[in-house]
Order: sequence, then C-alpha cells, then structure tokens
Amino acid sequence: MTTHITKAQAYWGPDAIWPGIVAIGPMLPGTLAFGMAFGALCAQRGFTLAEVEVMMATVYGGLSQFVAVQSWPPELTASSIAALALVTLTVNIRFFLMTASMRPWFGTLPPWQSYTSLLLITDGGWLAAMRYREHGGANAAFYLGGALVLYFVWLFSSVPGYLLAEQLSDPRTFGVDVAMPAFYAAMLVPAWKGARRAIPWVISGIVALMVQRLVPGWWFIIAGAISGAACAGMMDEPAPTHGHAA
Amino acid sequence: MSESLLRPDVMIAFAVMTAVTVASRLGGYWLMRYVDITPRVRRMLDALPGSIIVAAALPVAVNGGIIVMVALAAAMTVTIIRRNDFIAVVTAMAVAALARAAGLGG
Repeated sequence: MTTHITKAQAYWGPDAIWPGIVAIGPMLPGTLAFGMAFGALCAQRGFTLAEVEVMMATVYGGLSQFVAVQSWPPELTASSIAALALVTLTVNIRFFLMTASMRPWFGTLPPWQSYTSLLLITDGGWLAAMRYREHGGANAAFYLGGALVLYFVWLFSSVPGYLLAEQLSDPRTFGVDVAMPAFYAAMLVPAWKGARRAIPWVISGIVALMVQRLVPGWWFIIAGAISGAACAGMMDEPAPTHGHAA
Repeated sequence: MSESLLRPDVMIAFAVMTAVTVASRLGGYWLMRYVDITPRVRRMLDALPGSIIVAAALPVAVNGGIIVMVALAAAMTVTIIRRNDFIAVVTAMAVAALARAAGLGG
C-alpha cells in the first residue's frame, strides 16, 4: 500500500503457496467456529444438511448467509426472494471494493485466471493478500493458496455444527461473534502508517456508525468504506519534504 | 422420502443470492479495467483495507457492548506485542467467552 515500493507484475509460483496458507492461519479458528454456528442455526431453521452445503459452496459469504438465514421468510415468493437478494447485496457489496483493489496486481493475468481466483475472495484472504502485496509480493499463488484452504475449511465447518445443533445454538457462548472483528482489529495494527494515513479510517468509522443508526440493515459497511476511500482520494499527496517516515 | 433433500424454492433463493454475490465479487475487478490507476485512484484503493475494517468492525464493537470492546482491545494489544494474528483472535474469543461464562455484561 506504500506507493514508493515498485510492485512487480503478478505471476504464479509454488513457493508462495505455503506462506499464503500460513498467512490465513489466524482466520481458521474463527472460520471453523463461525461455520459451526451457522450449521447449528440452519439445523434449527429446518434446512437439510445438503441444502446447507449447497449454500456454503455457492453463496460463500459467511456474514451474508447468517443474516439471510436469520431473516429467512416463512414462505419463498418472488418478493421475499428479492428481499433476501437485497440483504445479501448490502452485506456482500464490500467484495466489489476488495476485487477492485486487486486490479493493479492481478490485471496482467489472463481473465480466466484472475476472475476465477477472485470468485473466492473473502475478508481474511483479501486482507492477508493485501498485506503481502504491500511488502512487494507479486506471486498470485499466495492469494489463491490461502483462498482455497479457507474455502474448503468453510465447506466442512458447518457439518459438525449442524449435527451438534443443540449445544452450539448460541455463537456468543464460545466468543464466535468476536472472531471476525478481532481478526479485523488485529489487521489494523500493521496497517498503521501514522496519523495522516488513518484520517480515512476515522471518516469511515464515523460514517459507518451514523449510517448504522439511521439506516436499517447492513448499508453501513459499504457507506463507511466508500467514505474512507473518497476521503483518501481528496487528500493531497504529502509534500515531499515530509518524507514517508510519518 | 417424504421430504425433498434439496427443496426447489430454496435452491432458487440460493441461486439468486449467489448471483448477487458473484456480481459483487467480480464487478469491482471488472470495473477497474476501465479506470486509470491515477495517483488519486491509487490512494483510494490503498485506503480500502483500513476503511473496510473500521466500517465493518466498529459498529459491531459499539453494539456489542463492553465485552466485545474489551475483547477487540485485547486482540490489538496482543498484535502490538507479539504480531501474531492467531494468538490475537484466540485471545479475543477467550476473553469474550470467559467474561460471558462469568455472567459479565450482556
């Protein structure tokens, strides 16, 4: 994310697969626990295990799946499916921004490789890949290796939860609800580049809190994220005399 | 079998949700094909990780009450000291789980 490091074009090499998997390692306990809690919720809401696995494999967005199943309509009609689509969109539209930020890195890859890989984008995989890129990394296998492991752990995770539904009904008991925010908070620490670079974060936080209070649903994520990015776009480059040390 | 393993109406709902999510995932990458990566656009993209983190986690922390806030503060403290994301996440989950088991907070 520092503009003064010249970044190489994307390429594929086996040497970054394992580092990529190690980088998403911290996501695994939270992913597993979140998937188990989701499986338990689905069992209570009367979904079959086959249906749960189809959803895990196709929608592949943990938070959006949770929100959708919690607000699942008693009867599926055209309008209630449209409502599900809207809630899914508001939770998952952040992926739009994430893959947009992958373009400068993946843009030189053949489309069938870049688009296929980016189908697997998730918060954790993206944050780990961005941190790797920030340090000058260019090997696309770093991203894809971690993304594939997250995908298959996620597919598996709902099965024990579904079967043990009684014991796991409240994700809060095991702190599952803080796993994802805690990973986010931990990722914020190495992203710190001084107060000036954190101004967009403050704008993002203020807008997200306000939108969350004023607008029902999950619009606050995308509203805050876009506000933060817009703020960064409006700020001038730091004057060269200040250097990049701040 | 009396009940279907994969109910057709549920599959339709999943398909629509998948279409929306795939469009979100691929749309941003696709759109940037037509956007010049000027220094301004680069600054906007560079600000995204931090901005998305804060926008997604801060309202959750504020709504979650004191236990969630303490758990997230513990995660950040661990990261500052040890730079180990794994220990940070497990610490936060343990803090929240133990505090709730002790009957603290909500």
